[in-house]
Amino acid sequence: MIYKVISKSEFTAFIDAIVKANNAYGPRRVDSDRNGEPIYKFMPVASADEIAFDYTATHFSAKQFFLPFREELSHFSFDEQDNWEQHIRYEAPPTLLFGLRPCDISAVNILDDVMLRGPYPSPYYLARRRNTFIIGMDHLPLPDCFCKSMNRHTVSHGFNLFCSDIGDSYYLSINSSKAFTFLKEFELRNPTPEDDCLLIERRKLIKQSFLTNIEVTGLPLFLDIEFDSPIWEKWGDKCLNCGTCAMVCPTCYCYSVEENFDIDLKGSSRHNRLYSCNLVDFAEVAGGHNFRPRNGDRLKYRYYHHYRGFSANDNQQICVGCNRCGRACLAGINPKDVINDLRLERETCKTGDSPSPNRT
Amino acid sequence: MKHLGFERSKVRVGSFDFTCCEGCQLQLANKESTLPEFLALVDIRNFREISSERHDDYDIALVEGSITRSDEVERLRKIRATAKVLVAYGTCACFGGVNSLKNRLPQEEVVREVYDGKKVETMPSTRIADIVKVDFSIPGCPVSKEEVERVVVSLVNRSLPTLPRYPVCVECKQRLNTCLFDLGEVCLGPITRAGCDAVCPSGKSACLGCRGPADDLNFRSFTDLVRDNGLSTEEMLEKLRFYNGFADQLGHEES
Repeated sequence: MIYKVISKSEFTAFIDAIVKANNAYGPRRVDSDRNGEPIYKFMPVASADEIAFDYTATHFSAKQFFLPFREELSHFSFDEQDNWEQHIRYEAPPTLLFGLRPCDISAVNILDDVMLRGPYPSPYYLARRRNTFIIGMDHLPLPDCFCKSMNRHTVSHGFNLFCSDIGDSYYLSINSSKAFTFLKEFELRNPTPEDDCLLIERRKLIKQSFLTNIEVTGLPLFLDIEFDSPIWEKWGDKCLNCGTCAMVCPTCYCYSVEENFDIDLKGSSRHNRLYSCNLVDFAEVAGGHNFRPRNGDRLKYRYYHHYRGFSANDNQQICVGCNRCGRACLAGINPKDVINDLRLERETCKTGDSPSPNRT
Repeated sequence: MKHLGFERSKVRVGSFDFTCCEGCQLQLANKESTLPEFLALVDIRNFREISSERHDDYDIALVEGSITRSDEVERLRKIRATAKVLVAYGTCACFGGVNSLKNRLPQEEVVREVYDGKKVETMPSTRIADIVKVDFSIPGCPVSKEEVERVVVSLVNRSLPTLPRYPVCVECKQRLNTCLFDLGEVCLGPITRAGCDAVCPSGKSACLGCRGPADDLNFRSFTDLVRDNGLSTEEMLEKLRFYNGFADQLGHEES
């Protein structure tokens, strides 16, 4: 990692040049909600003045740049003798993503673990990941962000360049030779001790600004104990089974695979489609048996995947604490309330008639 | 001749319309990019948007429109008796459709308004499944051409045709749309069957539920959400009644 400092005006010139020269995406204001609050999304950007540098949070994560919602995995062609050939393409145009938050970059790092470090690395994912240049930006948390609870409010890898706002300048963490080469043409300076102090202050401020905290330590055990808890039914009764949470989630990667004939029957295609464990037929198998027929069952397993299963296997929880699911859920279901509910449920043990053994 | 393990004799198709705008049939006939392949796949025996020939031998009957007259009942029964597979396609055939709006008014008043008092035989609009057995339904106002083609291809090669069972929200989110509830609108996306690629919300127009209820929808949570957002219950009911797709849910609610 190389550290440099760049003035904000020079930074804008740099971003302008780099987005003009590339297939670039960045945060843009696309709508206002019913209360007049801005709605931001990662959208194509052609110049710096299209970018909302002061954006709060995007409604959608940057997941779809790496895991498209729908993607052709292979195409098959058949001849008259029923011989067939499979055609596979891993093509990804070079893409620049600007403005990702530490939680968003952490999410991509988690997807790397899933898609690249498992027993069957995904070449489709790899092509996109390799061809994507990521510029991160820090920010002050929103009232409902809980990435600090997940320890995802800072990030030290997975990006090409990371920018911390230190007032009149940005403190740059340069993490790739490509980024360093791009920046060579712009006026940079080495950080002074004052810049270092400003960076530390900035980090302290971010850390102290979190209003939402969720106690996640020991959660895998709690979830095991609470497998039959009534709270799953309580929150499941609200769930619309609409899959919105998984679609906006930066780490939900579950997918379904579909195969369809071409209309001329001379070929067929195999697609994958990002799915959600909250959808009614997620756990349905051939013959029509559904392993998770109730809303509460499906909701429970979504929490299990995010906070328990993955941590048991890979020593990390896959939720990054961005709370996009909580904001997008029309039924008002959010991780903070569900997890707190789960813990409150268990608090009652303390006053029950099964005290912990006394110290001897 | 066998191809891919099944007989490649052409499947004979008839398409029929009852009370409707014939827009669904037009969707199929209009899709020029795949029309030659579609016509090569099947043997069109009866489809007035495509051919002036009329034959009464067909394996698959595609039926559009709702039933509003007694002679339609007879005609539909004949089609059922002829076809091996009967597919209801379009919202009118599946649910009664927009035509069902008249069911809420006295029939004399409706005839007076539309036909200026001329004597016209009419009865409440019903979906075709109330008259005959329907083997498969493809809802939509209009139907999605891709979906009809996909179902026909499935029927031709004897694989199981399916519709998405989840609601429109999935596809709407996949198109990165701003949620219409965030913009203060009542949208039926959370309870309506997907498969339309969220075409209405993508144009910032609320879903009116033309594809009918999604599987295992959570109606109570949906009505709570409209209420909790301070949105109009009247508007919600208007939308739910528009295509008659949610008659079961409304009947349950109103009883």
